[in-house]
Amino acid sequence: MSDSAGRSSIFTLTGSRLAKLRSRKLINAVALTLSLAAMAFGLFWLGWILIETFRLGFEGLTLATFTQDTPPPQAELGGLANAIVGSLIMVVLATCIGTPIGVLAGVYLAEYGQSTKLGAATRFINDILLSAPSIVIGLFIYTVVVAQLKSYSAFAGVLALALIVIPVVIRTTENMLSLIPNALREAAYALGTPKWKVISGITLKAARTGVMTGILLAFARISGETAPLLFTALSNQFWTTNISEPMASLPVTIFKFAMSPYENWQKLAWAGVLLITLGVLTLNILARTFLRNKH
Amino acid sequence: MAATLPAGPYDDKAIVRTSDQGDPPPARLAKPFGDLAFSVLSRGAAILTLALMAGIMISLVIGAWPAISEFGVSFLWNSNWDPVQNKYGGLAMIYGTVATSLIALVIAVPVSFGIALFLTELSPGWLRRPLGIAIELLAAVPSIVYGMWGLLVFSPVLSTYVQQPLQRLLADVPVLRELVSGAPVGIGLLSAGIILAIMIIPFIAAVMRDVFEVIPPLLKESAYGLGSTTWEVVFKVVLPYTKTGVIGGVMLGLGRALGETMAVTFVIGNFNQLDSPSLFAAANSITSALANEFAEASEGLHQASLIYLGLVLFFITFVVLSLSKILLLQLKKNEGLRT
Repeated sequence: MSDSAGRSSIFTLTGSRLAKLRSRKLINAVALTLSLAAMAFGLFWLGWILIETFRLGFEGLTLATFTQDTPPPQAELGGLANAIVGSLIMVVLATCIGTPIGVLAGVYLAEYGQSTKLGAATRFINDILLSAPSIVIGLFIYTVVVAQLKSYSAFAGVLALALIVIPVVIRTTENMLSLIPNALREAAYALGTPKWKVISGITLKAARTGVMTGILLAFARISGETAPLLFTALSNQFWTTNISEPMASLPVTIFKFAMSPYENWQKLAWAGVLLITLGVLTLNILARTFLRNKH
Repeated sequence: MAATLPAGPYDDKAIVRTSDQGDPPPARLAKPFGDLAFSVLSRGAAILTLALMAGIMISLVIGAWPAISEFGVSFLWNSNWDPVQNKYGGLAMIYGTVATSLIALVIAVPVSFGIALFLTELSPGWLRRPLGIAIELLAAVPSIVYGMWGLLVFSPVLSTYVQQPLQRLLADVPVLRELVSGAPVGIGLLSAGIILAIMIIPFIAAVMRDVFEVIPPLLKESAYGLGSTTWEVVFKVVLPYTKTGVIGGVMLGLGRALGETMAVTFVIGNFNQLDSPSLFAAANSITSALANEFAEASEGLHQASLIYLGLVLFFITFVVLSLSKILLLQLKKNEGLRT
């Protein structure tokens, strides 16, 4: 530029404009650095929580964790067998109850009621239920089931968890069904296929990985839920597979043990937290890779 | 149309019907049974979802009725919670819920904005997906893990490195001294707020990232073309365009924070009195009061008052989440108009 001084003066900023540019660039640099810091801040907590959970969790984890029942305070280390089995029973049953209802309602939203008032209302309410406080779901089941039957039971816990499964499944089913191109439906109708067969045999089939992902995510979500079980399934110190009795679950046992001053209970609580974290993260990663491979 | 038809091997006249071929096959008079059953079932499932919401509200009102008729609305601003004398007021818990959620928002909103900005504008393409997944995994970690980590790992750290230095530093300052008073155990409103913030950052960041991505690239490119810096593009183009969505995301996070149970219960201290303005004072929230007292509460007024608290919580979150939903829907509606 030095050989054509006259021309370059048009492009060279001087005085106040140069100062303005400098301050704009400075503000930009500061903002972007802060944004990088925010990202690091988020990852920092994830890292810290995972490292501590793994370190303390593996300390408390022994073979007995899977073979022995929850111990009394200040006794031998014991295990979490009854809580693990209780959790599995309740979570599996709740998924079995919640999934069909969720899928059907999702089908209604995507295939029948796209533009009806019932559809709009259901979509709105469902999104609120999706983030509604889970402890209120527990209160609801307490008043309609536990207070009427006058006993805490694993069955009530299953119902409370199923109510959390339903909105998650509705949401993913609807989203996945609405991704299916309409041409597929029209082709099926043109061949004379009745609507229920179009939905069950073609659109739902085409969206099945997405729907399965939703079910997996719902399963993961309820395996970590504590609040809705606190006054429905309660807890149980002993082994039981009877769903009309109170039943131990991993999250509630962790809650009880972690708040206690007893060392053996706290160790077991860390082992339980490790198991839950591993299970939930594995399910989430599984669901994601599952979905990505298909799409 | 005729011109576009390919010339067939047949003579046109040959397909003119010479005699009546009869009526077309009759339409199905009745829909197959499967159709009816399927539509009734799916509609029923949708109605069940609506009924669920109505059922929750009605059952809570019925369950709380003894307390509502006994204490009325003054329950909301009376802070005296006394199971021995059977007198209940929910102000301490409502204050705890609102205060912890606000602390969480103050921390989480700028951080989530930074994360969304990083993910949409700064991050190299190959890093975007793994980082996005990492943040989403943070959302998937069950809240009881946060709670236990908060109680056994985080609060001792907070007490040693934040609370005690602050107490020494502000020992002689009149008003601020009150804000940091309390037993040096790192349990209370502030630690509950911080744990909540960590929990809701992924929710808010994910919504913000999604709404930032709906911006037509043309708008951003025009701003860059005029010489804007990245920050100016985000602050003057992206944010005004997406502000309803961003507020919707913040509301969603607030709704989550208000209703969170386990993470708060572990670290808030479960203290039902409202006598200190300190950020480090043990307090109580609606959710942790329910988690700790409900199973042991005697039937009658104590239990009804707890359900009353649950009703208040449900009402607040309902309003917050509805607002969030409406704001996010508005962004979606405008999308078509402005592009």
